[in-house]
Amino acid sequence: MFALLFVILAVFLVSQLGEQAKFSSKGKLFAQPAFWPGVGVIGMAVFGCLHLLATLLTTRRERGQRSLQKQSAEQHDAKQNQAVSGHHSHVAEGDQTNGDINRPGLISGEFKEAAGWLLALEYLAWFMAYVYITPIVGYLAATLVFLVLLTLRVGYRDRRMMIAAVVVAFVIVLVFKSFLGVKIPGGAVYEYLPDALRSFMIINF
Amino acid sequence: MEVLLDAVSILARWDVLIALLVGSVGGVIIGAIPGVGAAVAIAILLPATFSLDPIVGMTALLGIYGSSMYGGAIPAILVNTPGTAVNALTTYDGHPMTLRGEGRRALSLAYSASFFGGIFSVICLIALSPVLAKIAPMFGSREIFLAALLGIVLVVLAHRGQTLAAGMMASFGIFLNTIGLESLQYSKRYTFDQTWLSSGVDLIVVVLGLFAISQAMVLLVDKNKAPRATVESGGMFQGFKELLRHKRVATTSSTYGVLMGMIPGVGEFTSQFLAYTTAQKTSKTPGQFGKGAPEGLIAAEAANNSVPGAAMIPLLALGIPGEALTAMMLSVFYVHNVVPGPGLFQNQMDFVVAIYIALLLLNVLVIIFLMFSTRQLLRVIEIPTRFLGACILTLSFVGVYSLRNSAVDCAIAAVFGVFGYIMKRLNLPIVPIILGMVLGGIMENKLRTSMMRVKTPMDFIERPIAMILFLIILAVIGSHIWSWWRSRSVATGR
Repeated sequence: MFALLFVILAVFLVSQLGEQAKFSSKGKLFAQPAFWPGVGVIGMAVFGCLHLLATLLTTRRERGQRSLQKQSAEQHDAKQNQAVSGHHSHVAEGDQTNGDINRPGLISGEFKEAAGWLLALEYLAWFMAYVYITPIVGYLAATLVFLVLLTLRVGYRDRRMMIAAVVVAFVIVLVFKSFLGVKIPGGAVYEYLPDALRSFMIINF
Repeated sequence: MEVLLDAVSILARWDVLIALLVGSVGGVIIGAIPGVGAAVAIAILLPATFSLDPIVGMTALLGIYGSSMYGGAIPAILVNTPGTAVNALTTYDGHPMTLRGEGRRALSLAYSASFFGGIFSVICLIALSPVLAKIAPMFGSREIFLAALLGIVLVVLAHRGQTLAAGMMASFGIFLNTIGLESLQYSKRYTFDQTWLSSGVDLIVVVLGLFAISQAMVLLVDKNKAPRATVESGGMFQGFKELLRHKRVATTSSTYGVLMGMIPGVGEFTSQFLAYTTAQKTSKTPGQFGKGAPEGLIAAEAANNSVPGAAMIPLLALGIPGEALTAMMLSVFYVHNVVPGPGLFQNQMDFVVAIYIALLLLNVLVIIFLMFSTRQLLRVIEIPTRFLGACILTLSFVGVYSLRNSAVDCAIAAVFGVFGYIMKRLNLPIVPIILGMVLGGIMENKLRTSMMRVKTPMDFIERPIAMILFLIILAVIGSHIWSWWRSRSVATGR
């Protein structure tokens, strides 16, 4: 699936080559603005197609091997069942039952995998919320709230972890903003603070 | 001598020494935390060093770069989880030793072997300096283009079994680097008329997304782990005595590390594999390898720790990074107005020597720190992984946002975070994207410059070094195709 999507993206980018990156009439080929993007997107398409082909062939081979293994296992079972007379109907029932048990298991496995991907996207939404909230409430407040809430969200409930989250958030802000002076603007809410406190908060937190 | 004194004067400042100390100790701590690694730490801290004096910021990041592998050995040995990816081979013999109740001995051996490897590579770097100073100016645009091309080829081919995926990702990296306003004819490339794409895709944003945010997502989504690590009490110095008994293994492994480190795109994994295999083949007890053989541990640690010093050779002499960490170190140099390449050896030799001294010093600082603080470091390993994920996500914000105060950069990093997460889940290589971005930019510039003086394609390789590099590229590709064809013939029984 990933390989297929990558190839689709690559083919789309190749189709945009003359449009999004220009070939001008003057100058040699290597000096054209479109030359290196061309190298990149054509490389993506070629390697992507080959990778997709290799993945498909490997999947087909694995499926073939699995079905061969399944067939030989079934033949082996059938021989054993024939040897034990009077058990035919029971085995058939057992197979049916196994099939029924496996199916919900498969679905639950797929559901778990999908839930894992969704969870990853949820954390990304958390990150973007942190990005948008920081210029409003300020770096210190946003970091404290973000880290404490995220700690709760990932399942920690004990006091020790809450204290750890608060301390880590505070240390991060102190080290990066107060000590190293990284460029993170003060929060919009700082405008409502008294003059002396406002400049202190803008510089340090 | 004058150069040496100048170099010492560059480093002989309190702020530089403190930065080196903080970087070295910080690198060990970061390396000891499974799932973080030097790449994540450098990416997060790089923008934070903008406000510092260039040499201060660079020394701190150099400290992290050179010391993280020391720390990575601790969880590899004690809890069978490598702190950094390159410590994976350390688990083979280190953890069985811990299970036998020899954790302290294993740690002590790993520290001594790492120290030996680190110092060995710096000595090689110093010894090679006069040669490099003579050879580096012979590298013109076309030679640097071919060396960068060789780097890309090696990075792709080094991913055995994933060559096509690595090629895909390297091409993607080359493409990413071209997005935005092109510098020669000022035409827009793949911006789709979006103003936020005009300035291109920043390497640090991509690195933070692919390494830090994706790793945070992995840690947050996966089951929570908080491994308990213990080690027997006692001194850590016995490893040096034991290392002397295996000095041949240590020297051979460090030599592999230096040789492989010098070749772009090869790095720690190949050097460790070669060192480990050689140590096993030449050992009197090869059957013990993988079950707690001290020689195996020495081979793995000496080989991986001798790579950072050696990887500085193509980086400083030609400006060509060999793997993700050196690619980031290249960004560190650029950000702090130092342009690695042939000119550096000609014009700023004192700076080059200062880097050598810094590398030597950091190895000494790290070994002293480790000898007395291993017990305290064990606490770091015990940090619950989901909490660690939350912390990395919080720190990723500082790394991206402080670049340009841009929410768009954060969104781009988030997209690359998802991309990196998918790639980690599918076990696809990430490093070729970074090297594609860095080496793609170098190749574009150098090809343009060199082709101005070239009339026919043969002119391009008329100079001896260019010809040698071209032949090496052909040989590397040819041997890869040959080995692929042979393994395929064996698999199909022909």
